[in-house]
Amino acid sequence: MAFGPYLLLALMEGLVKAAVLALTAVGLSLVFGVMRVVNVAHGAFFMLGAVLAYTVAQYIPGPAALGWLAALVIAPMIVAAIAAAADTLVLKRLNYDPEATIVATIGLLYILEQAALSFFGPDARPVEAPFTLRLQLPWFGFSGYKLFVILAAIAILLAVWWFMTRTRAGLVMRATQVDRQTARAFGIDVDRVYAGVFALGAALAAIAAVLLVPISQSHYLMGGDPLLLSFIVVIIGGLGSLRGTVVAALIIGISDGVISMFYSPTLAKIIATAAVAMVLVFRPQGLFGARA
Amino acid sequence: MKSVALHLGVLVLLVVAQFLLPSYHANNLSRILVLAVFAMGYNIAFGYSGLLSLGHALLFAAGMYGAGMLVHHAGTAALLALLIGTLAGGIMATLVGLLALRTAGVSFMIVTLMFAQVGFLTILYFNGVTGGDEGIALTAPERQFIGLDLTQDAPRFWVALVLFVIALAANLALVRSRFGRVMLAMRENEERSRMLGFNPYVVKLQILVISGLFSGAAGAAYALLFGYIGGSFASVQYSILPMLYVLLGGAATVLGPLLGAGLMFYLIDFASGLTSAYLMVVGAALVALVLFAPKGILGTIRERWLPWLP
Amino acid sequence: MTTKDRNAFAPSRRAVLAGMGAGLLATTGLVRPVMAQGAPLKLGFQLHATGIGASYGRWYQRTADAAAKMINDMGGIGGRPIELIYEDDGTDPKRGAEVVDKMANQHGCELILGTLFSHVVMGSAPRAGELKIPYLVCSEGYHVASGALNRWTLQPGITDVRSQISAMAPWVAANLGKKVTMVFPDYAFGHDHRDFFTAAMKAQGGEVIAQIAIPPTETSFTQYLPQIPAETEVLYHVMVGPGVLTFVKELGEFYGPGNGPKLFGFIDSLEAVDIATPGLEFLEGSHFWEAHNRVKPADAGEHEAAYRAAVGVDDNGASVADATDVSTYSHMFSTWETLFFIKQAMEAAGYTGPADRQKLVETMEGISDLPYGIERPQGAKVFNGKTHQVFGTQTISQVQGGKLVKVHQTSMADGAYDDAVDYTTMSF
Repeated sequence: MAFGPYLLLALMEGLVKAAVLALTAVGLSLVFGVMRVVNVAHGAFFMLGAVLAYTVAQYIPGPAALGWLAALVIAPMIVAAIAAAADTLVLKRLNYDPEATIVATIGLLYILEQAALSFFGPDARPVEAPFTLRLQLPWFGFSGYKLFVILAAIAILLAVWWFMTRTRAGLVMRATQVDRQTARAFGIDVDRVYAGVFALGAALAAIAAVLLVPISQSHYLMGGDPLLLSFIVVIIGGLGSLRGTVVAALIIGISDGVISMFYSPTLAKIIATAAVAMVLVFRPQGLFGARA
Repeated sequence: MKSVALHLGVLVLLVVAQFLLPSYHANNLSRILVLAVFAMGYNIAFGYSGLLSLGHALLFAAGMYGAGMLVHHAGTAALLALLIGTLAGGIMATLVGLLALRTAGVSFMIVTLMFAQVGFLTILYFNGVTGGDEGIALTAPERQFIGLDLTQDAPRFWVALVLFVIALAANLALVRSRFGRVMLAMRENEERSRMLGFNPYVVKLQILVISGLFSGAAGAAYALLFGYIGGSFASVQYSILPMLYVLLGGAATVLGPLLGAGLMFYLIDFASGLTSAYLMVVGAALVALVLFAPKGILGTIRERWLPWLP
Repeated sequence: MTTKDRNAFAPSRRAVLAGMGAGLLATTGLVRPVMAQGAPLKLGFQLHATGIGASYGRWYQRTADAAAKMINDMGGIGGRPIELIYEDDGTDPKRGAEVVDKMANQHGCELILGTLFSHVVMGSAPRAGELKIPYLVCSEGYHVASGALNRWTLQPGITDVRSQISAMAPWVAANLGKKVTMVFPDYAFGHDHRDFFTAAMKAQGGEVIAQIAIPPTETSFTQYLPQIPAETEVLYHVMVGPGVLTFVKELGEFYGPGNGPKLFGFIDSLEAVDIATPGLEFLEGSHFWEAHNRVKPADAGEHEAAYRAAVGVDDNGASVADATDVSTYSHMFSTWETLFFIKQAMEAAGYTGPADRQKLVETMEGISDLPYGIERPQGAKVFNGKTHQVFGTQTISQVQGGKLVKVHQTSMADGAYDDAVDYTTMSF
């Protein structure tokens, strides 16, 4: 394929990757930013979203779009409820001690993965896309649904931004992020805020997963990569910076695609990973973070 | 004094256990001792000095491949390979540290994670010599260690134990030394130690290199003692495991890594005998442990009952 | 895991933990299982119950259970019933070596079988060699016949991937095209395909014009598809793991229905996956290697029906209990055939217990002709005692109306290659 169309394809693929990644990472960024908790189970929440999407879609008769829409509503709600329960039952009692929460969320990850394996099985399962539309460009074809994913992710990210900056709940969350003690002094129920943030973060991961499953598929071990990539995105973007998270997701998604144009796939992955690590080495506070 | 008695007691217990345990458990003990050395290395960086790394699989793999590829491809003597593997861990830690120590906290965690990922992919990329994901099975002639046949259980245990004793002694000496106090100071208050005349970058690099030597030794020993090197040992799972061992056993305790490695090993072994859904049991046990002993087992014991515990 | 197997050793396991709680020394009271005369022969099965191999593991267990039942119904081995002891290795080489240890020393198994993933085989074989316990893998990897392992490791139940691949080249070159692009995962299994298919294609006057190795961490593939040269006639694909659905879907989106090169794949990608799954329409008309036809072919052998009934698989290759539960049909027969191979060898060797292990391996090395029968539902085989590897015939199927239809059967000669090792000259 000629260079121009190839680049176009790499950019389009990169955007799709970035969209899903940004959505997954924003949830982690919220949890990280507000609660200072390293949530190792974030990828498991993502996986759970995908697995539940398959399960829900199985039970909804009628056109594929209906099942998918139902999954988009139901799966994040279930995942959010599980996350809120985990926060109240475990993380709160640990006083959000950074080291203890790492162990606890690793434990949670094992529990969720095993639950998915036991109830859902080890096989990869697809979810039908709400619509099938193949765009034929002069050089190659592209999935219309993938373009929809980009638009949907932008819409959801805008909604999150609006929620955080324009609503009272968002204000409360940001206040808690800046200073937990002062927030408490002003009568904010910090416990409820934390449970809410943890649930919201998990729900965002689940939404990202429901958007992704029609492209990819659900599998009980699928949470590993989103977890690692989300962490990378959150840190590169700068802790707690929504804008930074989106920019970092774009950098990682697109660099991966473009670098793979020039090298063999594995070598491209090596170079892309090393390059992104170097961004942090020379800008340790992340792209948009204030120096700690 | 109490501390010396405790550690001697543990060593005596290990020696006695080797003779009394059925061979399955005796051999597990060898595995746990080597993994404990790895966890000790991790503890030096994370527990004592606050360097939260998620890239220690790279240091373990440096030792494993350093030693394993030498004996397999170059016919190097196992003892020399073990020493070179140990050094490889230290050298890799130097390379990673020079760059990654420009960052701190969670950024350090992510940078080390990504370097380890680069290392993992590099092992796959050069599969012609590394064996890639499938790995390389080392043969019996490649595993003769100064007259000891490491394919036999008894010599294997003694080599593992000697390695563990050296690591334990080094760990104790380190935390009791002046440098050990600098390490703690670095964790508690980097700014103040800077004002006292220490260059945090240099101190942390030294810490990481020591940690790398431990990890490299463990990786090299694992290759020679158990006869296999493979890409899975460089995966992110093997960066998380030593952290888990340390946190379970108790961060910044000398015996915590051994306890954590043993506990985790038998948790999986026992749970998998009860149910095929054993990860659920392991997960629940981790959550329960951390709820009741948030500082790890020895950390909690030290906090509540035995303040002298090193 | 079956309850029967569990109960056999659960009490001693509890004793272990109780002991651990009281301190390491307390475990010394542990008594190892005693082998009584006429007691069941315990055969250890290294199972991928969790981890990336779990889809395969489930079916390996079902097939092995069915074979064990049939063997016991036939009177067991040398009059003694067999009991399968399963241990989960998590599809991890480190844990793999540990469970080899456990099955040999803790459960007192006579031998160990059943491993599929090649990195687990490589990680476990050294320990099996140290313990001097026969280790019979069901992996199809080229690790046994390449000489990388030891005298105690054999693969008597499934043809290795080198032979499978070599057998495909003549048909591909004659029927699909001579200019091939290969897409494969960048790990050992993929490298075997890369090396041996490229060589076999060259021998047929064809050419592999591009090799695209996908890193195993990758979850989407579109960005690599432009690297497929336009003059490609055949796209040879073998992707293992959950990513394969994405791969096929993206291939379809990239080329569009009815366009693009002809596809030839290894069914490994789609084991446990329904070919009629939405998104896999692009596979219609494409060809696959199968060892054992998932959809019962018209010319199936006389024992095919009995085998399917015993394992609980319908004529489409899915579970009789759940039509959406598709089997790993082209691999799982290996556990069945390995168990019958064990029966044959143990009876021939007059095996009575662990002291006869060496004699057992020597007897196995002496076996060569393995005719078709209920013992070998996949087909007749020849065991090569020098390379410890068995060889059989392969089939090629085409996707027609969302089903795999058998179109070709290879001959034994198509997959032949020169011996790379003689294990019989190695010491025990």
